[in-house]
Amino acid sequence: MGLRTPLFDTHVAAGARTVDFGGWDMPVNYGSQIEEHHAVRRDAGMFDVSHMCVVDLRGERVRNYLRRLLANDVAKLTQPGKALYSCMLRADGGVIDDLIVYYMDDQWYRMVVNAGTRDKDLEWLRLQASGYGVAVEPRLDLAMIAVQGPNARQKAASVIGPALAERALQLGQFFGVEAGEFFIARTGYTGEDGWEIMLPAGRAAQFWQQLRDAGVAPCGLGARDTLRLEAGMNLYGNDMDETTSPLESGLGWTVAWEPQDRDFIGRAALAAQKADANTRKFVGLLVEERAVLRSHQKVIVPAVGEGEVTSGTFSPTLQRSIGLARVPAQTADRCEVEIRGKLVHARVVRPPFVRNGKATVAL
Amino acid sequence: MSNVPADLRYLKSHEWARLEADGTVTIGISDHAQQALGDLVFVEAPEPGRRVTAGEACAVVESVKAASDVYSPVSGEVVAGNADLGGQPELINSDPYGAGWIMRIRLDDKAQFAAMLDAKAYAAALAAETH
Repeated sequence: MGLRTPLFDTHVAAGARTVDFGGWDMPVNYGSQIEEHHAVRRDAGMFDVSHMCVVDLRGERVRNYLRRLLANDVAKLTQPGKALYSCMLRADGGVIDDLIVYYMDDQWYRMVVNAGTRDKDLEWLRLQASGYGVAVEPRLDLAMIAVQGPNARQKAASVIGPALAERALQLGQFFGVEAGEFFIARTGYTGEDGWEIMLPAGRAAQFWQQLRDAGVAPCGLGARDTLRLEAGMNLYGNDMDETTSPLESGLGWTVAWEPQDRDFIGRAALAAQKADANTRKFVGLLVEERAVLRSHQKVIVPAVGEGEVTSGTFSPTLQRSIGLARVPAQTADRCEVEIRGKLVHARVVRPPFVRNGKATVAL
Repeated sequence: MSNVPADLRYLKSHEWARLEADGTVTIGISDHAQQALGDLVFVEAPEPGRRVTAGEACAVVESVKAASDVYSPVSGEVVAGNADLGGQPELINSDPYGAGWIMRIRLDDKAQFAAMLDAKAYAAALAAETH
């Protein structure tokens, strides 16, 4: 038996099929993954993401600590509640995890890390914290529910009380607000508008039911994966890990090179990769034939070399197969993928594939 | 719980078969199999006229989650593939034992059909698999 979130019994009672995800028993779907996917693209869906780990980091020197620890620069965060997406790197540039960090106040940042990497992340955070006097506190008392979709904020606002709703509806993209027992942020992993809501674990089941009654559809990890892939968002463990750097994983935009004297962990290794014209690149793939891209399939770029599909699926929105792949630097606009023993043509495109319900690549 | 109709025969690999009055066998995948695969997105059924051998992978069903081979429980000649699945693979999800049939085969030897699991034995195999 795996770890269970405070909503596990709720999922089982709703008929969810469950699956192991990073050591957690999580709902993969409640019936049809494709219907759940469309619910998020067209209306409002919700995901139990309580398996992800909220970590509060406190101390007088917490800002300097995070400027050393993260490849993106928390100095960009000047307004309370503002969020930043970053990789946390090893000295050799390998990705320990990707995460979101919120600036709460000068002595308090809140981080959200992946479920499967929780233990090694906490170990790393504590190891690096020693020189900075930073307290690392995992918030295992919190549950987290993501409500996503064009109507998600309005529907969720109807069940959080008017005072909090007013504040939450005013949040800009990538901002969060703490109010009473709730922390609400306008973030997500689907390419749609929405909120990620942290709340006390003991209140999660009741709140989930209220959201359901407000017309928010329960969605499993299956739909979460097709939605994030359409949105061109990476999944740790598939698209990047400790053997790959952000520059080879389509995450170069999250590396803050300026100011030049900020010596974040992994900087020297990344600088060397950046200067190397042969550093592999990370691309989107679109298949026109009736075949589905899956992770670990071999990519062949004629006269250039080989690469690998890191994530692949059938896109319910585009009705085509899409994927992400790590390929040689010289790859142009076409390649072939070996799918079940056959070579299938694929177009190289720039992710995302879908944003806010609309295709962002030519079909 | 998945549905296991009493009048069909099964393989442990989750194919079902029904002996028709004209001596052909209709083949599909079980309710358990469609639930495990999730929403189907592509189905590749064999062409009529193809010779298949019992145990041969002769169709592919691909879901949002994974691709899976469909094995013929009998040897014989394919007389039809379900053309409706080309545009509506989800028929396998909604009606796995009816409109979601995959192929029809004129079998060489009825003993091969008779040797398949009956509903009770297949249900027992499912119970063993999930415990």
